Amino acid sequence: MLGAVYRLVAPRQIEIGFVSNERDDAHVIVRPTHLSICNADQRYYQGKRAPEILEKKLPMALIHEAIGKVVYDPTGTFSVGQRVVMIPNTPTEEDAIIAENYLRSSKFRASGFDGFMQELVSMTPDRLVALPDSVPDAIASFTEIVSVSRHAISRFDRIAHGRREKVGIWGDGNLAFITAVLFHSLFPEVELYIFGIDAQKLSGFTFAAETHHVNHIPADLRIDHAFECVGGNGSPMAIEQIIDHIHPEGTISILGVSENPVPVNTRMILEKGLRMFGSSRSGRADFQNTIDLYDKDPEAVGFMKNLVGEQITVRTIKDMHEAFEADIRKSFGKTIMKWEI
Amino acid sequence: MVYGVILAGGVGSRMGNAEKPKQFLLLGDKPLIIHTIEKFSVHPEIDRVVVLSPAQWVTYTQGLIEKHLPGEEIPVLAGGDTRNETLMNAIRYIETQPGSDENTIIVTHDAVRPFVTSRIISENIEAAKKYGATDTVIGATDTIVVSKNHKTIDEIPERPTMYQGQTPQSFRMQRVKELYEGLTDEEKEILTDACKIMVMKGDPVYLVQGEVFNIKITYPYDLKVAEALLTEER
Repeated sequence: MLGAVYRLVAPRQIEIGFVSNERDDAHVIVRPTHLSICNADQRYYQGKRAPEILEKKLPMALIHEAIGKVVYDPTGTFSVGQRVVMIPNTPTEEDAIIAENYLRSSKFRASGFDGFMQELVSMTPDRLVALPDSVPDAIASFTEIVSVSRHAISRFDRIAHGRREKVGIWGDGNLAFITAVLFHSLFPEVELYIFGIDAQKLSGFTFAAETHHVNHIPADLRIDHAFECVGGNGSPMAIEQIIDHIHPEGTISILGVSENPVPVNTRMILEKGLRMFGSSRSGRADFQNTIDLYDKDPEAVGFMKNLVGEQITVRTIKDMHEAFEADIRKSFGKTIMKWEI
Repeated sequence: MVYGVILAGGVGSRMGNAEKPKQFLLLGDKPLIIHTIEKFSVHPEIDRVVVLSPAQWVTYTQGLIEKHLPGEEIPVLAGGDTRNETLMNAIRYIETQPGSDENTIIVTHDAVRPFVTSRIISENIEAAKKYGATDTVIGATDTIVVSKNHKTIDEIPERPTMYQGQTPQSFRMQRVKELYEGLTDEEKEILTDACKIMVMKGDPVYLVQGEVFNIKITYPYDLKVAEALLTEER
């Protein structure tokens, strides 16, 4: 089935092409309806990735956070018109130990191949998760980033020791907010401490026990475990502060992406016997867990509403540019493209 | 009810290979007409699709649909001698179907325009429901000149007011039938386009923005362009 695909061919330049989507017994065809812009998309759009990376990856359709409606399903898994979340990670093999999002053979949309800026997307049914009516479109559109936090928290639960009175989250952006909302939903008895730089954003963490500016953390403040949701140039300082304020044998979950290597105080990691683990992306189970959490916890859905930023109706390539430019100007939240192309 | 009406009534005499009508030419691994039908058959707002084919190609078209779109119930009807007669054949059929009433919308589309997008179809339906009739157009990029004797220019209209017509053209079915049946035989000869009938009779026809790539595959050159638009999945 012919479908238009809108690919970034060079920074700030989107061109149309057509692909013939499989219409066979194995693939479901989905019409994307709501696409959410991620910082990773912006790094391509603005040409902030290294030139050799851009040369290798472009042309490529951006966006890996999206929902849509099923228009054709020969597998009988979904009904026509059903709302689904699309999973960008696409494994090519199964492994009993290594999760699908860590298999080096897995492909990822809008990174290794075309993302969701398409008129129609053809996917196997295991890459789709049905959405309950309780989750509004705008919130569902950024399920992918939420599932990344959900994934990190699942791993944290397996790795970290059981004393969990106080947990710290470094960062006050989208990822930190999402991680805090999910953690609060899953472990409501744990006191959350948020460390950021923007008082406005910190004030949004209404459910946290305390919020602190990173320049004014009380010297005697101690936490049992921590999540680093800063990334970029802020990573080194955040990790240093976590190591300073964490109790011995605590676990540090690293979530922030940095373009450059980050020096880490390994001496104190050894002395305190700390565990540090990284997480990236997510798999089907994390998407399902996220949707299940939304379905059970309307309060979490309510908090996620704070993240919904501008919703821009996209019917032309010009509208796509407007959405990406609007997203650059925002300070917090997610820009959503209502995809009517 | 909203019907997609795929018009493949003509025999494509303009194509170099006159053996087979142009809607049956392969684009990628499928005939053009199949690509076009697929677009309509999965569109959430289209309830049913009807295909109009030259009488001698009806069985062949049915065979193609069975092969490429197994399980889809898509009737293939014989077209008429003119485009409007073909359209009337579609209307006569749809009228006999359950659920057809005064609100039935028909979205008529050339079988040889496979690059129509979901947006164009949606906007056609939206506007036809609201205004009664729509035509899909793009702004003219070349200057249009009018010459009645085909030798010298009579007029050069202002380009910003000029548009090139594409399809779909969409209508409230009963209204287009009513107007067509009110025409004299002479008028029927001249009015080769359903939108033109509406305009002549004073009915508003709303413009839907088309796309430059929503091309009609008429000449061998167009097929080359179409193949160039079709890219590999990346």
